[in-house]
Amino acid sequence: MAVITDALCPFCGCVCDDITVVTEGNKITDVKHACKLGAAKIMGHHRIKEPMVRDDKKGNFKEVSYDEAIDAAAKVLAGSKRPLLYGWASALCEVHKKGVLLAEELGGIIDNTASVCHGPSTLAVHEKGLPTSTLGQIKNRADVVVFWGCNPVQAHPRHMGRYSVFARGFFSDKGRKGRKIVVVDVRKTDTANIADEYIEVQQGKDYLVISALRAILAGQADVVPAAVGGVPKEQLVKLVDTMKAARFGAVFFGMGLTQSQGRYKNIDNAISLTTELNSFTKVVIMPMRGHYNVTGFGQVCAWETGFASAVDFSRGAPYYNPGETAANDLLYRREVDAALIIAGDAAAHFPANSVRHLAKIPVVQIDPYWNPTTEVANVVIPTAICGIEVEGTAYRMDGVSLRYRKMVEPTHPTDIEILEKITERVREIRGE
Amino acid sequence: MTLKVTLITGRTINQGANLENKTSSDYMDATAYCEVNSKAAGLLGKPGNVRVRTEYGDVIVKLKENNGNPDDIAFIPMGPWANAVVDPDTKGCGMPGFKGIPAEIEATDDRILLMKELIARYK
Repeated sequence: MAVITDALCPFCGCVCDDITVVTEGNKITDVKHACKLGAAKIMGHHRIKEPMVRDDKKGNFKEVSYDEAIDAAAKVLAGSKRPLLYGWASALCEVHKKGVLLAEELGGIIDNTASVCHGPSTLAVHEKGLPTSTLGQIKNRADVVVFWGCNPVQAHPRHMGRYSVFARGFFSDKGRKGRKIVVVDVRKTDTANIADEYIEVQQGKDYLVISALRAILAGQADVVPAAVGGVPKEQLVKLVDTMKAARFGAVFFGMGLTQSQGRYKNIDNAISLTTELNSFTKVVIMPMRGHYNVTGFGQVCAWETGFASAVDFSRGAPYYNPGETAANDLLYRREVDAALIIAGDAAAHFPANSVRHLAKIPVVQIDPYWNPTTEVANVVIPTAICGIEVEGTAYRMDGVSLRYRKMVEPTHPTDIEILEKITERVREIRGE
Repeated sequence: MTLKVTLITGRTINQGANLENKTSSDYMDATAYCEVNSKAAGLLGKPGNVRVRTEYGDVIVKLKENNGNPDDIAFIPMGPWANAVVDPDTKGCGMPGFKGIPAEIEATDDRILLMKELIARYK
């Protein structure tokens, strides 16, 4: 039996670094300190055992060797005029680097799961920048914390304990008692139930509410009507007063802003509000990133191509324009003619309209697990699990890079090995 | 009766805990349901299953009650069942409409499709 302490959890953007993992032989037998999400991932589920291929998506798969599957995948990609390489968030940065290289080699488009998560936040950051901090600064200093359109009790279960609500820090030694917690949402979530103040916004009216808060902050409360987006003016004035009175305020936001009417403009407005609050006190804002290394893909893609996601190499140089080059834009327009889905599950998390197109074009899947994307795939290549069986780098939601160690030895080839071999085979097929 | 609501989709802890277990009944239990408040559920007659219909499709899911929801808000956890009815339009920024979709809900005796059956509809 071996005990690994201070292991990193490879589930959500919190990247908890205090996990204890017990192994026997080459199997994980126990996980301590992880939340339900992290424990489920680390303990593992049923894996795809062997590579599989099929021509007819309505037919059964045939198990093949890795070499045969890599050859089949390379033929699909090399034969495509407009391939989409999508997913990446459940993989390490070293995998992302190989993915960007393959996309460039193919003249394809590479996009990650931020497309259906915080992609609009990136667009807003282009517009306004991001007055932010590390989670450590928030843990040690924040006395007012606002959760807007996010529900960490369900989606980031240890965020509040480690960083934002209950955590005791250097200047926040009273923990929860020293913090005022505000939740803004369209329904009373479990996070709202533990807040000091709950503000219920009508669905799709966040932009209006943020604009009203900015008007009040600017001393123009007289132009604000009696209620905005379902929120009484008194409650808006109270929130502005609370934020102004903070020693250190932190705003966390989630899909409630990025996926609702206004999309990136909601975030743009929230960043402006945060910037303006800094005329009065210190306030920071941070997206609640979902997958443990979705932030890392943005970093790698940005330093390799100049853009964080949705990068199109078809012109011979990186081109980026979400709305045109993001995964669902391309599938909506029936534009891509092949797809590689890796470390993300497009068929589970894309609208039916997009999945219908995936079901019509050749799809290569690289993933340890059988999921809806497997159902529309032609080539399936199972790999080792990053962060559990493979070491490497990931970026926490606040942009802090952390190094994962192996917990057990891999029983399958790594994503890096598979991508290298596919790239090599694509070059051979193209006679390069 | 047919209930008119605004549909939102999103994460839950059980959906996340089964993220890599999507062929299981646990995943289906965690994602193939629609939450409305008890008043709205009462208007529907508190059936076992409901059909959720939008401009973009329809899907059968289990009905659950959550009194955190305002009267006009219905919630389906993110996943293939929710995505059968969300808005595919990315509105010029890459993001489909996963929240704020006008929807109609009605009681049904039809069964919930398994994940494989649901995806097979798209082939």
